[in-house]
Amino acid sequence: MNHAPIVPVILPALVAALMLIDRRIGSQRALAWLSAVLVAGCAVWMLTLAADGWRSVYLVGNWAAPWGIVLVADRLSVLMVALTSLLALITLATVQSGWDRRGEHFHPLMQIQLMGLNGAFLTGDLFNLFVFFEALLIASYGLLVHGDGSERIRAGLTTVTLNLVGSALFLIAASLLYGVTGTLNFADLALRVAQLDSAGVTLAHTGALLLLTVFCLKAAILPLGFWLPGTYGPAGPAVAAFFAVMTKVGIYAVLRLFTLVFGASAGALAEVAFPWIVAPAAAGYLLAMTCALAGTDLRKLASVLVMASAAFLLIGIGRASEASIAAAVYYLPHTTLSAAALFLVAGLVVRSRGERAGDRLVAGPAPLSPALVGGLFFLSAVAVAGMPPFGGFIGKAMLLLAILPDDGLPGTIGTIGWLWFIILAGSLLGLIALARAGSTLFWKSDGPAAPDAGSISWRDALPAAITLAVIAALAIGSAPLQRYAQATAQDLLQTDALIDDVLTTVPRPGPHQPSPQTYR
Amino acid sequence: MELLMASGIGVMMAGGIYLVLRPRSFDVVLGLTLISYAVNLFIFSMGRLTVGGAPIVTEGSADKLATLADPLPQALVLTAIVIGFAMTALLLVLAVRQHAAGGNDLIDAPAPRETAPLDRPDVG
Repeated sequence: MNHAPIVPVILPALVAALMLIDRRIGSQRALAWLSAVLVAGCAVWMLTLAADGWRSVYLVGNWAAPWGIVLVADRLSVLMVALTSLLALITLATVQSGWDRRGEHFHPLMQIQLMGLNGAFLTGDLFNLFVFFEALLIASYGLLVHGDGSERIRAGLTTVTLNLVGSALFLIAASLLYGVTGTLNFADLALRVAQLDSAGVTLAHTGALLLLTVFCLKAAILPLGFWLPGTYGPAGPAVAAFFAVMTKVGIYAVLRLFTLVFGASAGALAEVAFPWIVAPAAAGYLLAMTCALAGTDLRKLASVLVMASAAFLLIGIGRASEASIAAAVYYLPHTTLSAAALFLVAGLVVRSRGERAGDRLVAGPAPLSPALVGGLFFLSAVAVAGMPPFGGFIGKAMLLLAILPDDGLPGTIGTIGWLWFIILAGSLLGLIALARAGSTLFWKSDGPAAPDAGSISWRDALPAAITLAVIAALAIGSAPLQRYAQATAQDLLQTDALIDDVLTTVPRPGPHQPSPQTYR
Repeated sequence: MELLMASGIGVMMAGGIYLVLRPRSFDVVLGLTLISYAVNLFIFSMGRLTVGGAPIVTEGSADKLATLADPLPQALVLTAIVIGFAMTALLLVLAVRQHAAGGNDLIDAPAPRETAPLDRPDVG
């Protein structure tokens, strides 16, 4: 059995515990790098395997599914793990400048969050999805208030409360599904949901839509997303950059659950969520982009752009055709990294303009090192807005083409016209907001540089530059990524092979496992 | 028993939701605790309600399988309790810190620097 799928989960957990033994910042940093590099290496290795169609079902504790806990590494989850570990490396490079000394336990908290994120992407059952959600959230609260500041505490309180209510809904939904099907394993759920009687269908329907609500809360989709700007805005730039992947956990969960369990073969509950997704996502996209116009500082602007990107991804998922899901999967790494880059640049802007003006979008003291910071801002703004030459443009074009009627989807010319209008108008609004922000920050100055402003050296700018370089590499390597996204979408829509793999994986023979037996 | 469970869960949930919507962090913490009690009972009831049923199959109990309690929801509830406990502790820490920093425990009040601290009417 290949042990690679467990590494991204168990290694950060072990390292986080080790860090508490030796609390010196030097050894914590060394351990953090060790863990992040190993996890990234493992993720990249799995990514190269998964590109050729490899899939691994890891039986934790050597119990066959659905009785035991399984981790499933397939194309989608491995892509998400790779993206997470890349962001972890970028965040680590950013906090080296001293951010991690502003409070205690930055590194252990980050490792726990890494564990939670990777676990959520790899897990094969509903209850562990809940557990990993909680693990990553509890660590994220710690990271959010790291470095103090009463605004952060206030933001933390609201976020924790909202997410706890979300967790309560998640538990209700998970136990409803368990109550009618008797299982929590995704693959087994997919089989059982299709065979429910009418009373069971009603309860499972309720459970499914409750889960959709919870995931949309995590992904910050329109009626449930207003917590996000208040949370990401006050967070430190490195932390906010790492948080860019947190909303994607919600997106991943929607994509996984509603294609596998409630997908096309779910009988009465087939594709139960998709009709509910597209309209709120489209409205949320337009609203988030409109909010971007009213952004008061660069981090708030970046936060609403994160909301917009989550909404954009959900439009693709909600259309539920192979082409539109492929577009969403293709767009996902690009948009996550661009949002991270924008948060990192916002941190640089605060330093180069001084604390008083910070990154507020008003005329302030002239920024130090304007060429470097301005250049980085320009590149990340182009990436976030989805302009060529970066990959966001290709992703948006793929989705626009995917919504056209000739792909055989039901849809009147009216809804297609509306979606095209919303995507194009929203992108234009985002572009205007970013252009306004850039011209205010770098061209409108009301005096000389602030006394507490620091010039930005190339070392300070390195994490943002590396992020942008990766985004550029994604654009250059567009064709392989596009093929990968296409194959992922095919995998997601043809669930039989995955279900078979999960339910027929045999435990390794051992002293306590006399005869290999499987469920089917 | 079904009626008692259902109304108990419902009343606790309603009380919890009311408290969560209140503007003070103490009420919110209490409300979240009530909600998590209600949710835990709900998970229990999803394993079907049995009286005196053991969750563990032993050698002699094979003939009593029909009255056996479902062990899985019990394990789930245990996990949910632990997680809920940790979250409540964290929330309390945040609430106390906010009270120390801002001088009030109002959840949605604007940050202290934007508001005159003394002459705010008491909301609550």
